Amino acid sequence: MTAMLTRLLGRLPIGWLQLVHKKSRLAAAIAGVAFANILIFMQLGFLGALMESIMLPYRAMDADVLVSASDANTLSDGSNLPRQRMFQALAVSGVEDAIPVYFAKLDWEPAADASVSLHVFGIDPNRAPAFWATEIAEKLNRLRLPDTALLDRKTRNISPAFFDDLASGKARSFEMNNKTIDIVDTVSIGAGFEADGYLFVSDQTFLRLFPSRVSGAPNHVLVNIEPLADRDTVVAALQNALPASDTIVRAFDDAAEADRTYQTTERPVGVVFGFGVIIGVLVGIIIVYQVLSTDVADHLKEYATFKAIGYRQRYFLGIVFEEAAILAVFGFVPGILIALGLYQVVSAVTGLPLVMVAERPPAVLFGTIAMCVFSGAIATRRLAGADPADLF
Amino acid sequence: MDAIVDLGATRAHRVDPELPILVSGLNHWFGTGEARKQALFDIDLTIDRGQLVILMGPSGSGKTTLLTLIGCLRDVQAGSVSLLGQELNDASEAVLVRQRRRLGFIFQLHNLHESLTAMQNVRMGLEVHGKIASSSWRPAAEHILSLLGLEDRLDYLPANLSGGQKQRVAIARALVGNPDIVFADEPTAALDAESGRHVVEMLKLLGRERGTTTLMVTHDNRILDLADRIVQMQDGRIVEDQMT
Ligand SMILES: Nc1ncnc2c1ncn2[C@@H]1O[C@H](COP(=O)(O)OP(=O)(O)OP(=O)(O)O)[C@@H](O)[C@H]1O
Ligand SMILES: [Mg+2]
Repeated sequence: MTAMLTRLLGRLPIGWLQLVHKKSRLAAAIAGVAFANILIFMQLGFLGALMESIMLPYRAMDADVLVSASDANTLSDGSNLPRQRMFQALAVSGVEDAIPVYFAKLDWEPAADASVSLHVFGIDPNRAPAFWATEIAEKLNRLRLPDTALLDRKTRNISPAFFDDLASGKARSFEMNNKTIDIVDTVSIGAGFEADGYLFVSDQTFLRLFPSRVSGAPNHVLVNIEPLADRDTVVAALQNALPASDTIVRAFDDAAEADRTYQTTERPVGVVFGFGVIIGVLVGIIIVYQVLSTDVADHLKEYATFKAIGYRQRYFLGIVFEEAAILAVFGFVPGILIALGLYQVVSAVTGLPLVMVAERPPAVLFGTIAMCVFSGAIATRRLAGADPADLF
Repeated sequence: MDAIVDLGATRAHRVDPELPILVSGLNHWFGTGEARKQALFDIDLTIDRGQLVILMGPSGSGKTTLLTLIGCLRDVQAGSVSLLGQELNDASEAVLVRQRRRLGFIFQLHNLHESLTAMQNVRMGLEVHGKIASSSWRPAAEHILSLLGLEDRLDYLPANLSGGQKQRVAIARALVGNPDIVFADEPTAALDAESGRHVVEMLKLLGRERGTTTLMVTHDNRILDLADRIVQMQDGRIVEDQMT
C-alpha cells in the first residue's frame, strides 16, 4: 500500500504513514466516518422510500389531468369536490372523459390480532378502466357485484398465509366498517407512510362503507383528453372553466410531482428525513474535522520542521487531503455495506420501499470526500501564517 | 572520509559566487506592548564561503534568535539579512521557500517524523527538491546514514532509536540535499563526545571539499579547535569575534 501510494502521489505518503502509525485512532476515525455514512444512507433511504411510496398510487392510475379541491396537497387531504366540476369538465373541448374518485381511510382487522389502515378508492367499475393502469383496469369488472373489493397484496402487516387462503377461496368475506365485504382479487401497489396498503371498491360499495359520504362530493376527478388534443391547452381550458376558488386543475404528472414536493418539504416526515441527512453530514464533518485537526496538532513540530526545510503550505494541505481521502474511502466501504444490510431489514419489517438507487453511493462517496477535504482545509489553517521557528 | 564528496551525486554541484551570510544592523524584538523585549541589538556579521563558524554565549544571549533569522525561519523586523545574495527583509514566502531549500538545518531537538523510518526521514530532505526517482534516493540516503554510522538502522522508526541515533538521522536529513549553508543549533548536545566530534569533522570536511558554510551554536568546548572562527554573544550583542 505504501509503495502503491508512493507511486501514485510521487512522494512519500506521509498521510497514510501517519494514519497507520496510530492504529486505534485510525480505527476510531474510520468507524466515525462509517457511522456518518450509515446515518446519511439511512436518512436518504427513508427520504427515497417516502418519495417512492408517494408515487405508488399515482403510478396505479393512468389519467391525463387531475382535478382536485383547491386545498388538496395530496390524494388524501383537502376538501371534497362538487361533482358538478366533473360535468363542467366534460363540457370543455378536448376532454374525452372524466370520472369521480372517492377516497377515504379505513381501519380494518383482517384477523383477531392484526390491524391495518387502508386507503380506499371508490370508482365506477364500468367507466374507470380507462383511467387506471393495466393490472387494476383488468380487474375492475370484478367490482360490479355489490360489496366486493380488490385488496393490495403488498399491504403491510398481513401475512402471506392470509393471501394464500384468499387465493384458495378459504376466506373471502370480512368485516369492514360493520359491513361484510368480499375480497374478490388482489392488486399490487405497496405500503406508504400514511397507510399500510390500498383497497379498491366500486363507488356504490364506497358509499355504503362510508355512510357519511355522498355521491355528489368526490375527492378528485380524473380527466382523460382526446388523443389528438394538446394537454397543456386542455389544462388551461379546464382551469378557465372551473372556479379557482374551490378547484385546482393540474396535469397529472405535475400533480404527482407537487404532492411529492409538498410531502418531502412541508410535512413533518419529509422534513425530519431531510433534516436527518443534514445532521448526518454535520456529524460527519465534525468527526472528520476532529480527527484531522488533532492529527495536525500532533504533528505540528514535524510539519514545522518540514516547513523549515523548504516544504510549502500546499504540501501540508496535500498530506491532510491524503488523510481525508483515505478516511473517506475506508469509512465508506463498511458504511455502505452496513447500510445495505439495514435497508433489507427495514424494508422487511416496514414494507417501505428502501432501495439503494444507483446514483446514491457515488453521491455519498463524493460528498464524504468533499466533507473530509473541507474539514482538512480548515484543520491546516493554523499552519499557514506561522513562522516555522514559533512552531517547534 | 573522502566518500563524502559523493553526496553531490544527488544534486548538481552549485558553485556559489554570492556571499553566504551578510548581516547588518539587525535588531529583533519579541512580544508586543508592555511585554515587548529586544533580543538582538545592531548585529553585523559577515561569513565567507566554506567557513565553519561557531556561535557561543550564555543562555538567553540571542544565539537561536540570530540563527533562525538568518535561516529564514523568522521574519526579519529591522535591519538587513542577506542570505546567498538574497535580501530576507520583506522577502515573499516564495523567496523564503526557495532559500530554505538551499539550507540544511540541524535543530536542538531532532524533530524526526515519528511515523517515518530513518530512511524515509532522510528522504524528506531530498524530496523537497521535487519528485525523485525511487532508484536515485536510496543510495544517497543509505550513503549519508552509513557515514553517520547508522547503516544497520536504516528502516528503524525513531521510537526504536536512541537519542544520539535520532540526532544523527536528523543530521543526515539536513546534509543529504547537499546544502550551501548548514545551520546547527547545539547539534552535538545529544551525542557522545566521539560522535559529536565526528559530526563536526564531517561539516568541516564539507566546507573544505564542497564550500559548504556552517554556522553552529554550541556550548561544547571540546570541538572549538575545529572552528575557523568563533563569535561570542552576550545580551543580544556580538561581543567578540576571533579567527582561530
Ligand atoms: N519565541 C519567543 N518569544 C519571546 N521571547 C523569546 C522567544 N524566543 C526567545 N526569546 C527571548 O529572546 C532572548 C534570546 O533567546 P534565544 O533563544 O535566542 O537565546 P539563546 O542564546 O539561544 O539561549 P540558549 O542558549 O538557552 O538556547 C531570551 O531572552 C529569550 O527569553
Ligand atoms: Mg538557543
